[in-house]
Amino acid sequence: MQVVSHIALNVFKESVRDRVLYSLVAFAVLLIGGSYLIGQLTAGQDIKIIKDLGLAAIATFGLLIAVFIGIGLVWKEVERRSIYSLLSKPVRRHEFILGKYAGLALTLLVNVGMMTAAFYLVLVYLNTQTPENIRAVLPAPVADPGMLRAIALILVELLVVTAIALFFSTFSSPFLSVALTMGLWLIGHFNADLRNFEAVVESPVAAYLARGLYYVLPNFAAFNVKTQVVYGLPVPGSYLLTTAVYGAVYIGLLLTAAVVIFARRDFK
Amino acid sequence: MDAIRTEALTKHYRVGFWRSRPYVALEGLTLDVRRGEVFGFLGPNGAGKTTTLKLLMQLIYPTSGRAEILGRPVGDVEVKRRIGYLPENPYFYDYLTAEELLEYFASLFGFQAAERRRRVATLLDEVGIGAERRLQLRKFSKGMLQRVGIAQAILNEPDVVFFDEPMSGLDPLGRREIRQLILRLRDRGCTVFFSSHVLSDAETLCSRVAILAGGRLVASGHLSSLLAFQVQGWELVMTGVSAEALEQVTRAGQVARATPFGVGHYAFELPLTTPPDRVLSELTARGARLVSLMPVRETLEDYFVRQVAEAPRDRGLQVSGTHAGR
Ligand SMILES: Nc1ncnc2c1ncn2[C@@H]1O[C@H](COP(=O)(O)OP(=O)(O)OP(=O)(O)O)[C@@H](O)[C@H]1O
Ligand SMILES: [Mg+2]
Repeated sequence: MQVVSHIALNVFKESVRDRVLYSLVAFAVLLIGGSYLIGQLTAGQDIKIIKDLGLAAIATFGLLIAVFIGIGLVWKEVERRSIYSLLSKPVRRHEFILGKYAGLALTLLVNVGMMTAAFYLVLVYLNTQTPENIRAVLPAPVADPGMLRAIALILVELLVVTAIALFFSTFSSPFLSVALTMGLWLIGHFNADLRNFEAVVESPVAAYLARGLYYVLPNFAAFNVKTQVVYGLPVPGSYLLTTAVYGAVYIGLLLTAAVVIFARRDFK
Repeated sequence: MDAIRTEALTKHYRVGFWRSRPYVALEGLTLDVRRGEVFGFLGPNGAGKTTTLKLLMQLIYPTSGRAEILGRPVGDVEVKRRIGYLPENPYFYDYLTAEELLEYFASLFGFQAAERRRRVATLLDEVGIGAERRLQLRKFSKGMLQRVGIAQAILNEPDVVFFDEPMSGLDPLGRREIRQLILRLRDRGCTVFFSSHVLSDAETLCSRVAILAGGRLVASGHLSSLLAFQVQGWELVMTGVSAEALEQVTRAGQVARATPFGVGHYAFELPLTTPPDRVLSELTARGARLVSLMPVRETLEDYFVRQVAEAPRDRGLQVSGTHAGR
């Protein structure tokens, strides 16, 4: 356990030194610049659009970090052979994988946390700028704490994406890993459509295949409650819980597979 | 209990994309290294030295055979606590400073912060990294990285260390420092197993060596007991040798060669069959004086070249009589 946390802290340190946190600056510029522009263009509608923009930006920046750091996590160590000296220390191979994962999870947590803080700062400021009569007709408060639910699910989704990227990076090159991870992410967002596939196709084989894929592939659409929170619709706590458990199971399976593959590998 | 023991350790790689065929990186290596020994693992490029070390670190898995360190199977964490490893051309996280890297590794052994700092500071002194220890490793030269690599290998005061070409990339001063370090490790009771092409290092440091060529062990044992290190003849240097004396000894065929160095000054090479004292007394009887008499031994280099030249070159596997070579 100690070993895992030391490896994780080193991953975090690497991401800080590699200036991953600069992405936060880009986020802040995008958000503040965007809200300023939108404020100029629209009247009244702007709060909703800014919320959409903010949530989408958190999800996108998080996705970029998860994918592009995730695919390099293991691959880089193997390719540059820094893993040679690391694995000659009292480190088991599965501890290495878990440490790498925990490190990137920590990086994401800090990043998403800071983006969220910046987002709410902008919203609080906008709240002071919004006249009382407009605030009264909005579907949700300007700095609505309910949006944290959407952000929590974004975080769970990012943790699943990280596990996918890490899984691929235990055996394939970064280029392939990006393609596979992004591909899976895209499919995962349209996954729900697979369930209805059997209504559209004739062949029972294709229908079974679609159904099988539906259960195997991650259902990322489940993590997306952005629209609900922006419109002030309720997102029940039980939904949050089941979705989080779904994510955790998925992560557990992916990490197990990554560990199994990694344990047998030759480092050439 | 031996420090290192391998039994018929074998590693085949599959090469070729479409019709992949086995390629022998290491074949049937059986080796024992005793506690407290400095053991030299020699062989030309591609002999399988790095392959062996990677097998011992369980960075790769053997095709067949077994390996043990300190009586336990390789890869065991309890073993890893007590060993150190310097990879060939080591590379470390270049975003860390030398100090941070060693602290990180020390934390993996579970050392507490104060202990870590103490160890790291003494180690960096020991391998000769001064103020540069606060520099990110991306700014390190090859030789400096090699020193950091050695430092990280002995961080835990290991019982057995594995060095893959410890002298590579070091300047003459650095080589000497590392030689002294290896001797200090030995005096502490640490077993040192190192691979090298630099035969003089092996000659000055090792109690025993193994010579590998083409993935196979071609010789191993004490340097002095390897057959080739027996005396092969004599070199006799005399001064005041008259022409008549010279003719006398060369004519009789007792001298393989006589090389003049100056007036009346000669070096005589005598084959093993000629007793040197007879030639010596014949020459002194004719007024010559002895400068030196030395046994001629094959050098490790000659031995190495001969062993390697004789080793089989084919690296493919013999598959049911047909040739699966490259
Ligand atoms: N991943 C690999 N795939 C295929 N062949 C390999 C692989 N790694 C090593 N080999 C082959 O195995 C043989 C032994 O290589 P190894 O690196 O052990 O040699 P070495 O004795 O360390 O040589 P050097 O002195 O050059 O470091 C070489 O012929 C090499 O080509
Ligand atoms: Mg080598």
